[in-house]
Amino acid sequence: MKQTSFFRRIRDSRLFWPLAAWFIILAFNAIVMPDFFKVDIMDDPVYGKHFYGNIIDIFNNGAPLILVSIGMTLVIATGGVDLSVGAVIAISAAMGTVLINPALGNELIENRILTENTTRTPLPIIILADLAAGAACGLWNGLLVSRAKIQPMVATLILMVAGRGIAQLITNGQIMTIYYTPYFWFGNGYILYLPVSIYIVAVVCIIAWLLVRKTSIGLFTESVGTNATATYYSGINEKNVKLLAYTFCGICAAIAGLIFSSYVHSADGNNNGLYYELDAILAVVIGGTLMSGGRFSILASVVGAVIIWTFTVTVYSLGVPGQALLAAKAVLVMLVILLYSDYSRRLISRLFERKGSKHEAAS
Amino acid sequence: MVEANKEIVTMKGIYKSFLSVQALEDVDFTLNLGEIHALVGENGAGKSTLIKVLTGVEQPDAGVVMINQQKMTIRSPQHAQEIGISTVYQETNLCPDLSVAENILIGREPMKWGLVIDRKAMNDNARQILQELGVDLDVTQTLGECSVAIQQMAAIARALEISSVKVLVLDEPTSSLDMSEVDQLFQVIRKLRESGVGIIFITHFLDQVFEVSDRITVLRNGRLVGTYETTSLARLELIQKMIGRSLAAYDNMTQTKLESSQHIESEALLEAKEVGLAGSVEPFDLDLHAGEVVGLAGLLGSGRTEIARLLFGIDKPDKGVITMDGEVIKNYSPLDSIMRGIALCPEDRKAQGIVGELTVRENIILAMQADLGWFKYLGMKKQYEIAEEYIKLLNIVTPSADQPVKNLSGGNQQKVILARWLATNPRLLILDEPTRGIDVGAKAEIQKLVLLLAEEGKSCVFISSELDEVMRTSHRIVVLRDKEKTAEFSGDVDEPTIMHAIGGSE
Repeated sequence: MKQTSFFRRIRDSRLFWPLAAWFIILAFNAIVMPDFFKVDIMDDPVYGKHFYGNIIDIFNNGAPLILVSIGMTLVIATGGVDLSVGAVIAISAAMGTVLINPALGNELIENRILTENTTRTPLPIIILADLAAGAACGLWNGLLVSRAKIQPMVATLILMVAGRGIAQLITNGQIMTIYYTPYFWFGNGYILYLPVSIYIVAVVCIIAWLLVRKTSIGLFTESVGTNATATYYSGINEKNVKLLAYTFCGICAAIAGLIFSSYVHSADGNNNGLYYELDAILAVVIGGTLMSGGRFSILASVVGAVIIWTFTVTVYSLGVPGQALLAAKAVLVMLVILLYSDYSRRLISRLFERKGSKHEAAS
Repeated sequence: MVEANKEIVTMKGIYKSFLSVQALEDVDFTLNLGEIHALVGENGAGKSTLIKVLTGVEQPDAGVVMINQQKMTIRSPQHAQEIGISTVYQETNLCPDLSVAENILIGREPMKWGLVIDRKAMNDNARQILQELGVDLDVTQTLGECSVAIQQMAAIARALEISSVKVLVLDEPTSSLDMSEVDQLFQVIRKLRESGVGIIFITHFLDQVFEVSDRITVLRNGRLVGTYETTSLARLELIQKMIGRSLAAYDNMTQTKLESSQHIESEALLEAKEVGLAGSVEPFDLDLHAGEVVGLAGLLGSGRTEIARLLFGIDKPDKGVITMDGEVIKNYSPLDSIMRGIALCPEDRKAQGIVGELTVRENIILAMQADLGWFKYLGMKKQYEIAEEYIKLLNIVTPSADQPVKNLSGGNQQKVILARWLATNPRLLILDEPTRGIDVGAKAEIQKLVLLLAEEGKSCVFISSELDEVMRTSHRIVVLRDKEKTAEFSGDVDEPTIMHAIGGSE
């Protein structure tokens, strides 16, 4: 009896399904490509010794998506959605590179100045400016949704379109390349053999977790997402709960943009973070948070984002050409939606139940 | 009438369990053609489960269902309809934006040339069906604009239209109707009875059971208590059968009320002077005292709820002043009110009260946490302590404090909301229809609790459509009519006097 309840507890956990899905992909890889899990130590002339392998790649390349998914989780939990995260990534990336670029303001733009390993603005201020830009974008979304009462999808669509324009205005319509090496550290550096981005993700994840589970923000968010009217009647300012969620999401997207531009040494208003809003929504859905809002799990969304990148890396490792990636992803989306439908859940639950009762009968 | 007294539905030894809960245990039920059969019992007694078995929503674990003396397995609601069993649910699942006729004939519209809907035929058809029920109205008007009673009629008309109905199940059809609308509905039901339809009528309103039914079947805790001829059963007897004990709570109440009236403070806790809001409620005066229960009586839409909303700060008055503790109130919001010590248990439990996905514990601490703010989050241990305390205090029936509140029965959900507000330790507690849709036992408990709270020195405002419970609990009764305060009674008043004030007749 105890065993059944233990099984049930695991199965009822929000992490069960996302983790199960991840392990299925990993198991597939283990069978088809035994080399998939190989991790080597590489000695990089610039960044020193570090681990190298598919698993590391998943987390390193997936870091921006994981960050955006964390913010998106809170927004979706309030019953909304933020379509502008991809654009905010682009804005943040553009901000970072523009503030670094020593050529700006120079009347004589020489290639020597342009490619100099130097910055116009101190690094801490660049980081703060990026975060502030993200917060401002999120605040804008939040105000539109909570105060102007515009439907979230429409409200964030504005910045989704306008944001890419703003990013291009910031960089003057150019793809900006930077040569300031300390900035590269965020996307390329290593601490204790592991990529810096993993640490950034961990810190943001912990801050988010503390914020939602050690204050009443998590409870209020779930309450707003489930029944906003009843929440208001209970004395909770549901507008501010939404405002906070969108602002936090904007900040997460800004950090993602910072890592992004650092990783590729450039900013491209048109392409940075393209379709990230859709991947982030998918990650949150894989994590089991309902699009209608309510109960959420940040950790489950993180696993969701990791699944997407594990899948991507797997597809590449299998030698599937890049242009087929989107088609392959569509298969993943279909599988996820089918797996999460009420029907298949009930089916699997029933299978489990039967096994459980057999187990009981036997013991 | 030829077929009257012929058994159309026979259910024998029905068993049904959900996971660990035995919902039905050895229940027998029979329905004759041409009778109105009331099915009563407290929340969770098994009424809905029995109906679900009959209408094919659930399959019984054991037992026999016979329709027309023939053993049947009712596979699905569609199947039930095919064999002549139709159901009208409490929340009518109609389309408010379509016309009455469209709603009645949806999916079976008469067609012209096999292509377009023949509107004229459809409207004639719908009008005829309604006329058979004794209802005459313009079937082309949008359903959402009709009264709830008419919507209910449309639902019945639709149920009747679907097939040659022999059994009609009405699940709480009257809970959102006013008195004249109920009468209208009953006329229709009686007409159907005459035409030989067997009607199963589920309700919490015992008056209506006695008014309209021929036989009564009582369920308690999933078991059959018995089936009785309505004429042979006294009201109190019925209540005793439903809750399995006599209603001592009610007997003591008058006494408690009398005693507690001595503790009423003379100084007003809250005073409203000429307070009003255009389009919501006309200016009124109201003073509330610690230790006192003030009842707001009046019909649905008479302004009761509007007053509650103003006092709690959901709406902001545009006229007059509200003073509390001698200070004029300036900030209006639920949170401001909570901080002042006011609590509102809102009218619409589903939309304004419960947060379904959240657990019982989270629902209980919600308002308290709102008062504490964002960063003073109650520790888990403290949360469980508070939840357990109120679960015990209010007898909330739940497997655990971690149960999502949506899984609880209506009465227990109501208690959870009550707990949410009691946890904020309010000085003024406004209860808007706290006993709607919950069973007699729980009703008595809540009424008693209100008096108890007043005795502890809280000021209570008690709003209800049921006059007898307003009279039972309130020290003072304020009567509203057409958005206006029309009368105030304190001390001993008899029911007819208040009735007249509510109705506006001399």
